[in-house]
Amino acid sequence: MALSKSQLLEAYRRMRTIREFEENIHRENTTGEIPGFLHLYCGQEANAVAVCMHLEDTDYIASNHRGHGHCLAKGADVEGMMLELYGKADGLCKGRGGSMHIADVSRGILGANGIVGAGAPLAAGAALTAKTLGTGGVAVSFQGDGASNEGYVFEAINMAVMWQLPVIFYFENNGYGEFTGHDHVVGSKDIAGRAAGFGLPAVKIDGTDFFEIHEASGEAVQRARAGKGPTVIEAVAVRFYGHYEGDPQAYRSKEELADVRQNRDCLKILRQKLIAGKKASARELDAIDREAVDLINACRETAKSAAYPEASTLTDNTYVSY
Amino acid sequence: MAEMAMRAAINLALREEMRRDERVIMIGTDIAGGAQGSSGAEDVAGGVLGITKGLLSEFGAGRVIDTPISEMGYMGVAVGAAATGLRPVAELMFIDFIGCCGDMLLNQAAKIRYMFGGKSTCPLVVRTTIGAGANAAAQHSQSLYHWVTAVPGLKVVVPSNAYDARGLLATAIRDDDPVIFCEHKALYDFPAAAVEIPDASYTIPFGEANFVTEGTDVTVVALGLMTHIAAGVAAALSGKGISVEVIDPRTTSPLDEESILESVASTGRLVIVDESAARCGFGQDVAALVAERAFHALKAPIKVVTPPHCPTPFSPPLEQAWIPSGERVAGAILETMGLDPALAAA
Ligand SMILES: Cc1ncc(C[n+]2csc(CCOP(=O)(O)OP(=O)(O)O)c2C)c(N)n1
Ligand SMILES: [Mg+2]
Repeated sequence: MALSKSQLLEAYRRMRTIREFEENIHRENTTGEIPGFLHLYCGQEANAVAVCMHLEDTDYIASNHRGHGHCLAKGADVEGMMLELYGKADGLCKGRGGSMHIADVSRGILGANGIVGAGAPLAAGAALTAKTLGTGGVAVSFQGDGASNEGYVFEAINMAVMWQLPVIFYFENNGYGEFTGHDHVVGSKDIAGRAAGFGLPAVKIDGTDFFEIHEASGEAVQRARAGKGPTVIEAVAVRFYGHYEGDPQAYRSKEELADVRQNRDCLKILRQKLIAGKKASARELDAIDREAVDLINACRETAKSAAYPEASTLTDNTYVSY
Repeated sequence: MAEMAMRAAINLALREEMRRDERVIMIGTDIAGGAQGSSGAEDVAGGVLGITKGLLSEFGAGRVIDTPISEMGYMGVAVGAAATGLRPVAELMFIDFIGCCGDMLLNQAAKIRYMFGGKSTCPLVVRTTIGAGANAAAQHSQSLYHWVTAVPGLKVVVPSNAYDARGLLATAIRDDDPVIFCEHKALYDFPAAAVEIPDASYTIPFGEANFVTEGTDVTVVALGLMTHIAAGVAAALSGKGISVEVIDPRTTSPLDEESILESVASTGRLVIVDESAARCGFGQDVAALVAERAFHALKAPIKVVTPPHCPTPFSPPLEQAWIPSGERVAGAILETMGLDPALAAA
């Protein structure tokens, strides 16, 4: 799938923006101003961005607890997200949801999710809507290797095959579910291979290579749009930080942590490929880097100084007042 | 005797029971943590909240079993094992995930003894966490002990301090029925929940309330973290000449009805502080009990202080407004006394 220069630069910008967003949260979290649990997406950016490049606002994604990247890639407003993470009144969810529940339905985002694997049936539901109403839309659920062991994920895949739903189940296998290695809990040690048994195309790809992800997810989206049913993609990815912010990661070796940064950084890899393939100059990419830093800094300052919701609004959007 | 935080007391009770009876096993997601990580280090976490740390090192992977993220599956495994000779302690990381394993508790564990004509038992303990206050938002903050309390066959424990947690957990593990053991996250390191506990292991019977304070004007029934809020209010109001009796039932099923009824018979006033729900929760259940069985003792309408009927919000000021506050509890107490609730703020 050929990509124009402007598409490539846009992909780089999105990945860079997500990286900056997450690195900023990593730094700021130490100040104690960001409430709640935080699960950072650093290292996995190519996945959200390359997949979402194939999607329109009318297509849906369902994300998971590690959802900042998916939401930003699908077009959620950066400032609105930052405000939400700080729990502010003008956040995307008016401060009700926070990091684990960011949603922007106007952009086709069915939300991050605090329940591991819940996104798979939700995405299948969005695909059922698209199929029933004939919208031509598709749905993608993003979930981890750990989520691949939830029964309702299996159930969703089976129904998607039965009903030939336009849905893609995208598993980001970053090697760990919380603090436990993938190999300890996936009996077959092969998520894609196991999924293939449900009777649908299931591929395993390199989740650090933007181009490979773009290719595989593009085929899956095309197939879904053409009414040819669901796909499972397992992308072997890496997680730079701990499961959540504050996780000391004693279960990971120093070598692994250094290796993923040095050799398996999807952003670095894309940058090198763009320069080597003469698609972009280092100067152009540096300029994007600076713009991403400026954007995130501005959003952070806005978020920090913004107002919290008024306690009097606590029961807004409920149907009773007791 | 030594002072111990609730987290340490729970860890100790688990060790004691596992040493005492080799049929006791632990099963849950990341209860050890670290399996097949690149560093090779094991037993790194002891659950996301660190409560079971060290158990793998002492008892080995045969008895401390890290599961896939498959709540329905491993809970069913635990029920099946409980019915056939093991005494599993299964961890459900947050009670909010009860939907992911619900059938195994509601239709399997709870029913086995009765449906099989009393010929089978199900000595299962589900340790789980409850409670708001950590900005963990709508899917990690609920206190759904009222759900499980409504199911015949399940016993339900909500400890409020280290002493009770250790003794009640020992009882739970030795009990032949399934027990849902609900640990409030805010209590693990809560100073007032860290109390003196004996050196030797002990048990606390289910269905026996603890009188946190004795008083003559108003009875306050509270569980878990709410017990501490109520006790704080009782101390503050005693300075104003109001005598509050705080009762912590400790188990919602079985419930020590007699202690509550006796207390209300002497005070004539009842306030219930309950984090579970504004409707069909534990608070309404106790209110109904007293309305049915001690109506004539009442000098004022019963007050139930709960969160509003809405999901737990994320943003800190909203969450603080959601959790029953000392001010609301004091206001409710004053109202039952016919006093201006605004006095609470003074
Ligand atoms: C139903 C359910 N079980 C357990 C959890 C606790 N939990 C949150 S994230 C997580 C690990 C998920 O691992 P994976 O799916 O691989 O995603 P990753 O964190 O690696 O992105 C667990 C066990 C949860 N939120 N929901
Ligand atoms: Mg993972």
